[in-house]
Amino acid sequence: MAARRRAAVAGAAGLVLLAFAGIGAGTLVPIDPGATQLAERLRPPAAGHRFGQDSLGRDVAARVLHGARISLAVGSATVVISLVVGAFLGALAGYRGGWIDEALTRLIDVLLAFPGLLLAIALAAVLGPSVGNVVVALSALGWTGYARLARAEVASLRRREFVEAAEGLGGGTFRILARHLLPLAAPALVVQATFGMAGAIVAEASLSFLGLGAPAPLPSWGAMIEEGRPFLLVAPHLTIFPGLALAATVLCLQLLGDGLCDLLDVRRRVD
Amino acid sequence: MRLVARRLVLLVPTLLGVATLVFGFLHLLPGDPAEIMLGESAAPADVAALRRDLGLDRPLAAQYTRFIAGALRGDLGRSIAFQAPVTHVIVARYPATLELAAAAFVLAVALALPLGIAGAMRPGSSLDRAARLVTLAGACVPSFWLGPMLIFVFSMELGWFPVSGRGGLAHLVLPAVTLGLAMTGVLVRLTRTSLLAALGDGYVRTARAKGVGEWRVVSVHALRNALLPVTTVAGLQVGALLAGAIITETIFAWPGIGRLVVQAIDARDYLLVQGCVLAIGLTYVAVNTLTDLLQRAIDPRLRDGG
Repeated sequence: MAARRRAAVAGAAGLVLLAFAGIGAGTLVPIDPGATQLAERLRPPAAGHRFGQDSLGRDVAARVLHGARISLAVGSATVVISLVVGAFLGALAGYRGGWIDEALTRLIDVLLAFPGLLLAIALAAVLGPSVGNVVVALSALGWTGYARLARAEVASLRRREFVEAAEGLGGGTFRILARHLLPLAAPALVVQATFGMAGAIVAEASLSFLGLGAPAPLPSWGAMIEEGRPFLLVAPHLTIFPGLALAATVLCLQLLGDGLCDLLDVRRRVD
Repeated sequence: MRLVARRLVLLVPTLLGVATLVFGFLHLLPGDPAEIMLGESAAPADVAALRRDLGLDRPLAAQYTRFIAGALRGDLGRSIAFQAPVTHVIVARYPATLELAAAAFVLAVALALPLGIAGAMRPGSSLDRAARLVTLAGACVPSFWLGPMLIFVFSMELGWFPVSGRGGLAHLVLPAVTLGLAMTGVLVRLTRTSLLAALGDGYVRTARAKGVGEWRVVSVHALRNALLPVTTVAGLQVGALLAGAIITETIFAWPGIGRLVVQAIDARDYLLVQGCVLAIGLTYVAVNTLTDLLQRAIDPRLRDGG
């Protein structure tokens, strides 16, 4: 348990560092991530260009740091939208039951009949490559996990005395959900959101890798890995650094999620 | 038998829902599919002709009926990029994806079960640490990074495996590892947790008290129960394998349906994209149904509950 807690603190610290690195990218590496220097293309890591230069001579370190902004922004936006929509719909279905519950369950069943990434790829392909469309494509499916969890949590609580007391005092559906039920479902939802953010960040990078995410020349980690692929033999640094940044970010979120799971005592429910 | 029939009947609304979603994806999103497929510079007459061909000039209900009726007959339209019926193009590519997914599945199960079991039997041992490492790597290393890295080390530097393409067993190794790592991580973790929980149960204590050997306690008593959730999750992970194949096949130029999706998107061949999404969705539903039935067959408690 203590080891898990230490790992969670390390994960949280890593995320804070990453966020600061993304925000302060311009100060940490004062080079324009879009500035090309064709004469210095594919140069390996050296003083002045710590992570080397890419196929257009752009600084890889600057692009990796600016890439953190895209990853964190897409991950956060997707999680917030999915969480708000999913928690609200799931809680409403769990509390009211009846046709609302039936309709939501059927809708989720159909959406989950597709592998998540496939639907996101199909949606992103039709909507066109842009950061906003990536968030839309990932949220279109992302809310289902939160809805299922919120529904199960609320359904297990709705016959409890404090809910009946609130109803007896004339509390409406939304007040009871917002004031009494959702706060109790919050710990499980927070843990799910932590893992969900890791999933959203990898999914964004996957879409960008396939050319369906952030459009060029935006420095998304997925797109950088794809751009570096043809030069693996001569310039492996183009692929290694954005991949390491991505893996480290996901690792931090996994450690944090695992630690929160124990800290908030919700492992059984989230698993 | 009645259970199988009931499960198959329940499949009908799910399949209809899947087909409806796939239909909606092309028809209800902003923009004109004919215009998107032909590009901005297309002549209005060509766009109008394609609209007629696709039936986009008809009312939505008529389009929907036509789509469902066509799907039931196996007619998903004609691929612009391949100049062939969509169904034919998909059927030609499907075996390659099944081969890759099967290899990744076998690899994941073959690695995950021994590691998970060893981790649960000896918590804190070096094998347990290896199990945790695989779990963490599976969760943190994305396939689109792992694939190129494996190519760099094992194909370019060491020359052990081919860089890309489909052929013999050597061609299969790197793509299968790339596709299977995430699933391996999930299964290692689940096998370990599930077996650890089972080993703490009363019937295991009883078996030990009766003097049953440790290996027999694990293999005959605990493992049978511990593997039930692993079977379910392994079945559900097949969906992740099918989606992951899109990326893995792109990296290794593997001629399957995953690469076909990307090619179809690049060519704006939306009927083909629609067909591929439908095919993968149907496979996923079929695998989930099979997993469900298999689980009921091996777990008598579920059979009793119907």
